[in-house]
Amino acid sequence: MPHSAHTIEILRFNTCGSVDDGKSTLIGRLLYDSKSLMEDQLEALERSADITGGGQINLANLTDGLRAEREQGITIDVAYRYFATPRRKFIVADTPGHVQYTRNMVTGASSANLSIVLVDARNGVIEQSRRHTYIAALLGIPHLVIAVNKMDLMDWSEECFLEIRDEFEAFLPRLDIFKDVKFIPISALNGDNVVERSKYTPWYEGPTLLGHLETVHIASDWNLSAFRFPVQWVNRPNNPRDPGLHDFRGLSGQIAGGIVKLGQKVMVLPSGFKGTVKDIWTYDKSLPEAFCPQAVTLVLQEDIDVSRGDMMVGLEGLPGMNSDVRAKVCWMHPRPLQPGRKYFLKHTTQTIQAVVTSLDSRINIQSFDPEPEPSELAMNDIGEIRLRTAKPLVFDGYANNRLTGSFILIEQGTNVTAAAGMLHPPTELVKPEYNDFAI
Amino acid sequence: MNSYHLDHLQYLETEAIHVMREVAAEFERPCLMFSGGKDSICLLRLAEKAFRPSDIPMPLLNVDTGHHFPELNEFRDRRAAELGARLIVRKVEDAIGNGIAVPISGEVSRNRLQIPTLLAAIEEFRFDCCIGGARRDEEKARAKERFFSFRDSFGQWDPKNQRPEIWNLYNARVNPGEHMRVFPLSNWTEMDVWEYIGKEKLEVPSIYFSHRRTCVRRNGQWLPVTDILPPKPNEKVKELVVRVRTIGDIISTGLVESPADSVDDIIAEIAAARVTERGSRADDKASEAAMEDRKKAGYF
Repeated sequence: MPHSAHTIEILRFNTCGSVDDGKSTLIGRLLYDSKSLMEDQLEALERSADITGGGQINLANLTDGLRAEREQGITIDVAYRYFATPRRKFIVADTPGHVQYTRNMVTGASSANLSIVLVDARNGVIEQSRRHTYIAALLGIPHLVIAVNKMDLMDWSEECFLEIRDEFEAFLPRLDIFKDVKFIPISALNGDNVVERSKYTPWYEGPTLLGHLETVHIASDWNLSAFRFPVQWVNRPNNPRDPGLHDFRGLSGQIAGGIVKLGQKVMVLPSGFKGTVKDIWTYDKSLPEAFCPQAVTLVLQEDIDVSRGDMMVGLEGLPGMNSDVRAKVCWMHPRPLQPGRKYFLKHTTQTIQAVVTSLDSRINIQSFDPEPEPSELAMNDIGEIRLRTAKPLVFDGYANNRLTGSFILIEQGTNVTAAAGMLHPPTELVKPEYNDFAI
Repeated sequence: MNSYHLDHLQYLETEAIHVMREVAAEFERPCLMFSGGKDSICLLRLAEKAFRPSDIPMPLLNVDTGHHFPELNEFRDRRAAELGARLIVRKVEDAIGNGIAVPISGEVSRNRLQIPTLLAAIEEFRFDCCIGGARRDEEKARAKERFFSFRDSFGQWDPKNQRPEIWNLYNARVNPGEHMRVFPLSNWTEMDVWEYIGKEKLEVPSIYFSHRRTCVRRNGQWLPVTDILPPKPNEKVKELVVRVRTIGDIISTGLVESPADSVDDIIAEIAAARVTERGSRADDKASEAAMEDRKKAGYF
């Protein structure tokens, strides 16, 4: 309800599973049981039920938004849904389960707090389950839910549920990234343990799926440790009516890590110039401090050269800076990645040229093991590469900071986004005394 | 807000400001589509938040169908003047006059004719990016669209071949003749928009609030009686207390009976609403894929 006394946070999650695991049904069920569906949407559902579902409401029709999807009964692209309960607001990315899967899942899950991996209780852990879990780990999604679906078809057998859990727990330690992993026995079709507690699972003591989504602790999902500020736009009023603004020179951007305080010393990279924060300007008021992911405009005491693509950082917890970097990439383009090719690389607020200097391995998504020196990476492959960039990147390892550790590769000419990249931790950090002579 | 934490409106605001600044930094000739409707009112405030104390570094663009509510156009012009922004208006009427938009005989709605009018304006000013106020919760085709939504040199959207959009790294590259539509409010819901209007104390056109109006019942909706929409002989005409929930053309926007005359009332009304916002738009009811088809052709 509006104007509630307590703060309402947003939780972003995505659902993944294979074609018939019931992803769209699960989202439909969450919307339906949390009363987030409106009458005209229900009417439209009921109309389509008569045509395609033999009278049964097909909850999947809610998310399949494109004509081709409804015609073929498949999901082509990521669909976003929104619903709210009195405790939280939710942004849901429903990612399709078949072709181009990895590409779509990466798109839908890159900014998620939580991933729901759906498993069909009848089939147990299959290739796709491992793949989805691996990608969730690769993307650094902090919270994981394994929803064991279609439990009704297994007579709600606790043994079956525990077997699946054991299988996951056998390989989860190798991924070692999730803050928490929750296993929940559900039936998306009938709604058991989705919003309402099931009467068939007296042996299950955990929360319902929605109960977990409403309460899982996400406050510490943003990186608040080391200050990172990619400069996005230089804010210089042209003809300010206010004479006080004649010399205004602000640096606008979104804080990508940590906290900045008034009076704090910062370093601009790659130049190494140091300065002092004189004002944390926002439209509403100047702030004494600001934190990730707030959008602010910083004004420095000193008149130093700063422009878009530069990164301002705190003097503690310095980042890496290098033109030769290593990364994992998820390849998303039909034209395969080959060593020696040039791309545009967008990292934080700068786009520069980069060349793939070597293709070190392709990850076997079943064993999670790297297979050395493949000749190329095809669409949906994940591999490890080395890049040389035209200017040094100021970066963190992706595991430390999703915003300063990520990049995309763009094909030159077509401008198509070809890859999502996750940087390995820097081998060497910028030194605090870097460029001291410049002060 | 507890210490280092954003509530939902602050999070959505931050995301939208970041998107706006990417546009200003990455495009040479962007514009912001401003109709005076509630979503584009939020866009303007977000532009102020993104760019002040500088001026908003792009003109405002509106396609006037000639069937707008007069209250909307008055508001649009006044708001642009208050902000000191340059407002470009291109009229469907003129586009018909010079052959850019060709009505089918008997076609009353100007909805389809907005498309060539908009594309001609984009060509005229060589815009490489148009910021719009569309939201993903509005409609099923929009639920699939990216923040940065690529348009080819014919202005077309190809929903089956969208660029992957990962983290907040928006790929803004276009070749000459192509352009981008950018939707900073993608993740906002109708409720978020009204809560934001309330929080920011934004002025909205008077027709969003309850008022008396002569209405005619047509296709299960109450439509406003005007010169261009006279009632047919056997249609039911009634004086009602109504407001608009979403604003389209004056001939296709269904009015809802409502006593809501403040933003708080509207928020309470939406919280209790049992139909979606676009349930009152005749242009979307044409078919299940009405919006998808218009978007592919270059619609907002």
